[in-house]
Amino acid sequence: MYAYNEFDQKFVRQRVSQFREQIEKRLNGSLSEEEFRTLRLMNGLYLQLHAYMLRIAIPYGSLNSDQMRKFAYIADRWDKGYGHFTTRQNIQFNWPKLENVADILDALADVNMHAIQTSGNCVRNVTADHFSGASIDEIEDPRPSAELLRQWSTDHPQFQYLPRKFKIAITGSPNDRAVVKAHDIGLRILRNQQGEVGYQVIIGGGLGRSPFVGHTIREFLPKADLLPYIEAILQVYNLGGRRDNKYKARIKILVHETGIEEITRRVEENFKLQKSEFQKPSDKLIAAIEKRFLAPDFEQSTYENFEAERSESPQFDIFVKRNIADHRRENYAIVTVSLKNIGQTPGDATSEQMRVLADIAQRFSHDELRISHEQNIILPHVQKRHLPEVYKLLQAADLASANIGLISDIIACPGMDYCALATARSIPVAKDISRRFDELKLEHEIGDIKLKISGCINACGHHHLGHIGILGLEKGGIENYQITLGGAADLTMAIGKRAGRGFSAEELLPAIERLIGAYLDLRTSREEVFLSSLKRLGHSPFIEALYPKKESQNVA
Amino acid sequence: MARAFVTKIVTANDLLVGDAVYLTSSNLWSRDFHEAKICLNEDEATRLLDSTNFHQHHIVGAYLADVAARDGRPVELLHFREKFRTKGPSNYFHGKQEFNNQQGVA
Repeated sequence: MYAYNEFDQKFVRQRVSQFREQIEKRLNGSLSEEEFRTLRLMNGLYLQLHAYMLRIAIPYGSLNSDQMRKFAYIADRWDKGYGHFTTRQNIQFNWPKLENVADILDALADVNMHAIQTSGNCVRNVTADHFSGASIDEIEDPRPSAELLRQWSTDHPQFQYLPRKFKIAITGSPNDRAVVKAHDIGLRILRNQQGEVGYQVIIGGGLGRSPFVGHTIREFLPKADLLPYIEAILQVYNLGGRRDNKYKARIKILVHETGIEEITRRVEENFKLQKSEFQKPSDKLIAAIEKRFLAPDFEQSTYENFEAERSESPQFDIFVKRNIADHRRENYAIVTVSLKNIGQTPGDATSEQMRVLADIAQRFSHDELRISHEQNIILPHVQKRHLPEVYKLLQAADLASANIGLISDIIACPGMDYCALATARSIPVAKDISRRFDELKLEHEIGDIKLKISGCINACGHHHLGHIGILGLEKGGIENYQITLGGAADLTMAIGKRAGRGFSAEELLPAIERLIGAYLDLRTSREEVFLSSLKRLGHSPFIEALYPKKESQNVA
Repeated sequence: MARAFVTKIVTANDLLVGDAVYLTSSNLWSRDFHEAKICLNEDEATRLLDSTNFHQHHIVGAYLADVAARDGRPVELLHFREKFRTKGPSNYFHGKQEFNNQQGVA
């Protein structure tokens, strides 16, 4: 895990102390809101519907037990006893008071964390595969590259006022779990024919009101060229990106309007310049970063007790099937802890749950945790022999839902329960859907499915990428929900297609039930998952289920 | 034809805690929208909104919200977003619903 050096520490402390003064000035009236707004946003402090919201970056979604315990402490001392984990591997506190924010930031600095660049038109938190450093399919741990990017982008003097926000994601596996094709820049670590490790560079992906699948701008970029190449992309964007229209200011629009060929030409030309002028990080610095991410000292162990527990406890067996992924070491496992209990808010964890997770991570997961963009928490390195005990501890903390990848494992943004930008609520929709399919006892029967909900067109809930996507809007003075079908978030990334007219809040749940009912009727077997049925049959039979003809409604 | 004027009140967020507040006829900010001063025409609404420039120490982002009024008092906010602001989130009993007896912040 990366630990701040003296420079990082000093920089973060300085920023906290500056912001403390700025808050005081706002409170004593020497700064107007207009002047203060930019300053608070630079420090991750938003003003939402009912309160301030503090967004804290969890770099590449990786954290240790001390950091998790600090979140619990902040939640109890200055907030309302819980935190919300987001699709960008951040945590948000929904109830901080302005006068306490500097103290919160100081507490975060104690554990090498901050809220810098979690808002504004700058490079945001660099996100990564949540199985980094643990998964069996990984070519290389992407976190040293992500950390290098974090250091490069933090307080980068040229890129604090970009045309719009800028999001980078990186994966080290061929199986993309970081949604790299939906980012301003997506990076995939791969090997070329000579066996050298480098990056496939993808640009111009994004969701929001104009969703685009990213384009590959470089099939293979040598590792040593990462920063100069990214710098070249940012320079081209900084110069060419539109500043006249907020809705057309992201790099995806520049790529779309200019064409990927011309953008590639500009980037490659700028890159030539960067190659000679860019002051690359020293080998010593890179080695120091890499050292921080060396694999922990994995132990040898046998795990007869794990197999025995699986045959004895069907509940544990289901948990293993749904929530456990293969680890690079045969006697270890990756545990995904669901923050999607039936009827609860996706992505929320109480301070008590955070402490339990921190303790488990410290005792059983080499002190490491990860946050997934799917709003769950990962224990990346758990020995199989410890899984029965870990499961019991999770159960006692109400953290053992065996629903990863099922219909209740919903991504949902905060929506109009909190967010000032939202046009409708998302949380009650997620809660209703998970409750309903639990009542019907159909969740495991339905099997793998991705359902994603956003409360506005900005798409923080990734609705475009849901096999079923739900977008909350306002229509005629009430909340109205559009359904999209056929989205996908992996390397086959696809943007869902709108099924038809939207549904009122009351109509939505029965519509989803009809849609799932149609799938269960139409699939060839349990092995054919929802998305496969949709691909095989096309959208028509599903659209018919969503919008039954009047006659058949009357008969029913 | 000009659209008929809908009765309005002035709302904002409290500077310290961010909670929704409403401008009263005594020129104070209340957490309870029932206490808000209502504006019966466009001019009055614009004037009242402009007056909030002097309230910068207490509030953030003042704007006008449509209300239904009876006997000179607001009885219901018309937009669902504004209704949510008078209660708090739906997933936890937090926000205004938690402190519905507190009034008068400025």
